[in-house]
Amino acid sequence: MTGSIMDTFFEECEELLEAMDAGLAAIEEGDQDAETVNAVFRAVHSIKGGAGAFGLDELVAFAHNFETVFDDVRSNKLELDEKLIQLLFRASDHLSDLVTCARDGGQVDSAHHDVLIKALAEYIDEDEEELVFEPMGVGAAFEPAALPLLDAVEEEVTYDIRFHPLKEMYATGNEPYFLFQALSDLGELSVSLDENELPGFDAMEDGENYLSWELSLTTTKPRSSIEAVFEFVEGLCELSITTDGDAEAEVDALAALNAAFGVGSAEEENVVDVPLEQPAPEPVEAPALAEVETVEVPEVKSDPASENTPVAKKDAAKAKSAGPKPTLRVELDRVDKLINAVGELIINHSMLAQQIANLDASDTRDVETELEGFKTLARDIQEGVMAIRAQPVKPLFQRMARIVREASAATGKSAKLVTVGEATEVDKTVIERLADPLTHILRNAVDHGIETPEDRAATGKEKAGEIRLTAAHRSGSVCIEVKDDGAGLNRKKIRQIAIDKGLIPENAELNDNEIDNLLFLPGFSTASEISNLSGRGVGMDVVKNAVTKLGGRVNIASTPGRGSTFSIILPLTLAVMDGMVVSVAGHTMVVPITAIVETMRGNDDMINNLGADGTLLSIRGSFVPICDVASSLGLRRDTTNEPAGVYLLVETENGDRCALAVDDIHDQRQVVIKSLDGVCGNVPGVSAATILGDGKIAMILDPESIVTASSSAAVFDTDRRMSNAIAS
Amino acid sequence: MKTKVLAIDDSRTIRNLLAACLEEAGFEYFSAVDGREGVDKYSDIDPDVVITDINMPNLDGFGVLEELRGDGINSKVPILVLTTESAADMKARARAAGATGWITKPFDDESLIFALKRVTGAAA
Repeated sequence: MTGSIMDTFFEECEELLEAMDAGLAAIEEGDQDAETVNAVFRAVHSIKGGAGAFGLDELVAFAHNFETVFDDVRSNKLELDEKLIQLLFRASDHLSDLVTCARDGGQVDSAHHDVLIKALAEYIDEDEEELVFEPMGVGAAFEPAALPLLDAVEEEVTYDIRFHPLKEMYATGNEPYFLFQALSDLGELSVSLDENELPGFDAMEDGENYLSWELSLTTTKPRSSIEAVFEFVEGLCELSITTDGDAEAEVDALAALNAAFGVGSAEEENVVDVPLEQPAPEPVEAPALAEVETVEVPEVKSDPASENTPVAKKDAAKAKSAGPKPTLRVELDRVDKLINAVGELIINHSMLAQQIANLDASDTRDVETELEGFKTLARDIQEGVMAIRAQPVKPLFQRMARIVREASAATGKSAKLVTVGEATEVDKTVIERLADPLTHILRNAVDHGIETPEDRAATGKEKAGEIRLTAAHRSGSVCIEVKDDGAGLNRKKIRQIAIDKGLIPENAELNDNEIDNLLFLPGFSTASEISNLSGRGVGMDVVKNAVTKLGGRVNIASTPGRGSTFSIILPLTLAVMDGMVVSVAGHTMVVPITAIVETMRGNDDMINNLGADGTLLSIRGSFVPICDVASSLGLRRDTTNEPAGVYLLVETENGDRCALAVDDIHDQRQVVIKSLDGVCGNVPGVSAATILGDGKIAMILDPESIVTASSSAAVFDTDRRMSNAIAS
Repeated sequence: MKTKVLAIDDSRTIRNLLAACLEEAGFEYFSAVDGREGVDKYSDIDPDVVITDINMPNLDGFGVLEELRGDGINSKVPILVLTTESAADMKARARAAGATGWITKPFDDESLIFALKRVTGAAA
């Protein structure tokens, strides 16, 4: 058992837990058909099975309880009511914690553990409750035969074995010859066939067995080893094992055996008849070993519709199993290496293109055509590799259901998570890093968004709040939305808090959107309000940081009384993007294409001065503030004699427009994103860097933060100036 | 020629454990992710022994037994059921459906090989 198999186990656990959660969610929705219930049962069962192989006892024990309850649900002994479903959800969450602890080390909350065990136990019948954990090994499978007394034999003993298979044995694929072979491993074996019972040919019945064997085995192994060989044919044969020795141990053993089977003293000494039950013509009904715990296992009807012809049944099942496409599991490292290589390939292409352009050749058209092909191929490869990293958001969304559940329980509110677009595929890293911000937003939504059931009832809403978690692709980016139907943001309160915390001046004039966005300011936390749930010392600024790090944006929209929507917009990939190459104060920089609405060459007529340093660009009759990139990055202090350059009209997530002034536009191309993390940390206005065709490094700008940085410094000023201008 | 084992289990962990143990012991290992796939693959692989889980989607272990034993052609091939259920009636049901024997999960390598030996005669 190597570590890698254990890794597989934990990976599989993740999938099983997801399947379990999905199944429970379906059950909660009212889908309680046999296959759904079975799927959950199987998930728990598989976790238990795997955990057993690795000796994860705590996990096995809990899964066993969980499974036992679910088995009763499966066999309709237990009714799935609201209370039980909630318990199963909690048990599923706890099982997930146990798996995490088993993997990463650590301890689960033992009080919580005990509470759940107890709660589950209440659903388990007394007689089923005994937990039987079988030790690993052969002995476990045939307890009554393996008598400890006999295990200590060391001397050589000769056993006479008489073996007569019943015809039923042959229907199970058991083969006497192989049994004898196994016996011969134990010591010296001689075999002779007893054909005395063979009737005349005419008297023979089809399928009946008339043969017996006499075997003599000399071995140092205990009798239990011999019995183990016959384990599978127990009850399917007549078997006697006798010794020629009359050691006291044998007598004791006999007594013990007799005691074990509840028989009186044996008629023959030193003879143990192994048929543990009367060979019944229908061995089906009678349990082989009566005293062993019994758990009813009902026949699982797969599908009522499949009870037609056998052929139809087969086809239906085939069609069902043809669902999932074959997959290949690859280490993430390998994919990432490939992605890196593709990145280099794209850089290489740009360099090559540049070299060719610089060539002093008269006709480069042919080469350029080929180069175009190269570019297309590189792009195909890149998209292909990216697709490998892309994963559906479903698992992430399913985890969020738990967050909402826990948050609802902790706040005494009732909230339900509805997920839309679970199949939307997003880069794996993005999914991983989204978990924390999403968790935070969802906790907030339950804690601050959804009202108490009473308040909801008072305003005529459904008692249970609804939080809608949506994922969708939207023109080159991924949009993830959390929409609650709660009370909406309390802007008055938010504003007051921001003033109290000194985040905005008291007389600040903010529009609704600006107030909403105050939530994202560092140091703004409404934790003082009510609970210890969402306000865990971190504010929504953490959400914003996490999303920004992924190259995304987060945005709030809220309607009082109707609820709030948090939107996270993320790039599709983290490795490559389309960018516009511009020059700013002598530096070459890249602006993400997705941020640019429009570009235009400015002339003086279009620029309207507003006060000392505020400038507006007039575009087809509407005014847009100008933000000089060079000065906002600190590259040029003197902004008075800037050349009338080029303006990139960008739109921020909350819909504000701004014209970024740059010196010139060079090119539009695909660039490979190289993170600045670990090189120089977080630089305001710059999101990452890239390598250009000429081998030079260029910064990738973050238009949003440039705009915010320049406007937050000037916004209140501008507002005032605007109102002054209007007044005068 | 190596003894061919077809292992049918929906748990990747169990499949990997079986593969590691069986290949180490010199068996030729084949696997299927559920009963349906196991039955479908059966004739192509033509295994010397089948190990099947009981609880599986699409077609469970009893279904595998039923389909493999049902047509009477494969009455000889040993089929071991792999089960966490140690309950006697589970074994009895499996046996009635034609199971040759059973391996109780969690299994150790030794007991697995011993079980295979008893039904195929092969040490490997």
